Amino acid sequence: MTAGFQFDLCNRNRLLESKGVQGASVTKTGTTIAGLVFKDGVVLGADTRSTSGSTVADKNCEKIHFIAPNIYCCGAGTAADTENVTGMISSSLDLHRYATGRESRVVTAMTMLKSHLFRYQGYVSAALVLGGVDFRGPHLFTVYPHGSTDALPFCTMGSGSLNAMAVFEAGYKDDLTREEAVELVANAIKAGIYNDLGSGSNVDICVITKGKVDYLRNHEYLQNKTYQRRHPVTYGKGTTKVTKEKIIPLSELTIQDGDATAMDTS
Amino acid sequence: MSIFEYNGAAVVAMAGKNCVAIGSDLRLGVQFQTLACDYKKVYPIHDHLYLGLAGLGTDTQTLFQKFKFHHNIYRLKEERDIKPSTFAQFVSSTLYSKRFGPWFVSPVIAGLEPGTWTPYLCGMDSLGAIETAPDFMVAGTAPDSLYGMCESMHKPDLEPEELFEVLSQCLLAGTDRDAISGWGAIVHVITKDQVITRTLKGRMD
Repeated sequence: MTAGFQFDLCNRNRLLESKGVQGASVTKTGTTIAGLVFKDGVVLGADTRSTSGSTVADKNCEKIHFIAPNIYCCGAGTAADTENVTGMISSSLDLHRYATGRESRVVTAMTMLKSHLFRYQGYVSAALVLGGVDFRGPHLFTVYPHGSTDALPFCTMGSGSLNAMAVFEAGYKDDLTREEAVELVANAIKAGIYNDLGSGSNVDICVITKGKVDYLRNHEYLQNKTYQRRHPVTYGKGTTKVTKEKIIPLSELTIQDGDATAMDTS
Repeated sequence: MSIFEYNGAAVVAMAGKNCVAIGSDLRLGVQFQTLACDYKKVYPIHDHLYLGLAGLGTDTQTLFQKFKFHHNIYRLKEERDIKPSTFAQFVSSTLYSKRFGPWFVSPVIAGLEPGTWTPYLCGMDSLGAIETAPDFMVAGTAPDSLYGMCESMHKPDLEPEELFEVLSQCLLAGTDRDAISGWGAIVHVITKDQVITRTLKGRMD
């Protein structure tokens, strides 16, 4: 396996495209993500819908990614890009902490993200809201797909960013309490969920304060099924016509992970 | 036409109580010309792990060979089978390495996690964005009708035989509204101590 991207299928795919064949449709996170700095930390929020075209691909996905124990990051854009770009930076920071023995700084994560995204000229389409608390205090950044960044007290991203920003502009004040901040972010995300069709389902919240992270997965669970079948259909055994059957018994002897033996370091 | 609709495919996977099932249709065609009706799109990786690959036939075959090869190497090195969740990460990074010139496949992974024998189910887009699901996963050229069937028919904690019936009915009914998939189906039900493979009778039109 080689590191980095491989481009060997590009010529073939371009040829197909020139013959009028459409390429791949990819999973996007048509998203509402938001972040807010409050009195003693940062609150991040996200909706949980991922879409493929106009189809909802995942009704409860996770868009707040782990970067470091004191840093988290919301991702919007192409799902594969947000997932991989945050994962890559997370593992580089992990190694950096091993080498230096210090807590990661939010600016380090931000700089690594923007230099990666700038190198790919916007083709790695990840729009991020990065937040964390380090020894300099709370930090909040937005990172755009082309590699530019903003440092702001409150910010939104994704297709529902305008809806969320409207709520922030109306309700933001300096030095909010934790409860006020969580409520404001949740309301901003809900504005996206209800008014932007690319966003939907539930509200995820992540509160980062000095030395503590509260990842509130499905902080607000909004979208239970609103319907229930009155006569639940059950297919009895033998409903489906089978033409051929083969049963493979699996041996009792399966290889599993045993107790790990400690490495000999003498 | 999208390249994903060149050969036609339908793949469905569902989780049950300590079991998973995965199935595909059997048609292989070139657009509207049917070439074969014994073309399976679900591949075994090991006893408790199956991989469904929908998309462009040439890419699905190449990728399966790659994955099988890497799993063989993994077994030799580690002396154990790969965990479904680990395998999913491997498939994901293989696909993402071709971010700017992708394989035209949408994988579905179904297996039982060793030790606990709990179901593991996930799907991906062609760039390797993993989507894990507690209930069901679909891929192929009839995703909308398959989503509709699964969304209304699946319920949690089904026993293996019930799961087989639900998955089979979803797969058969879903493909009936897609012209380029169907022509029979194959379903694997994976439990801790056996794999039941059944070929289904479907509409041949």
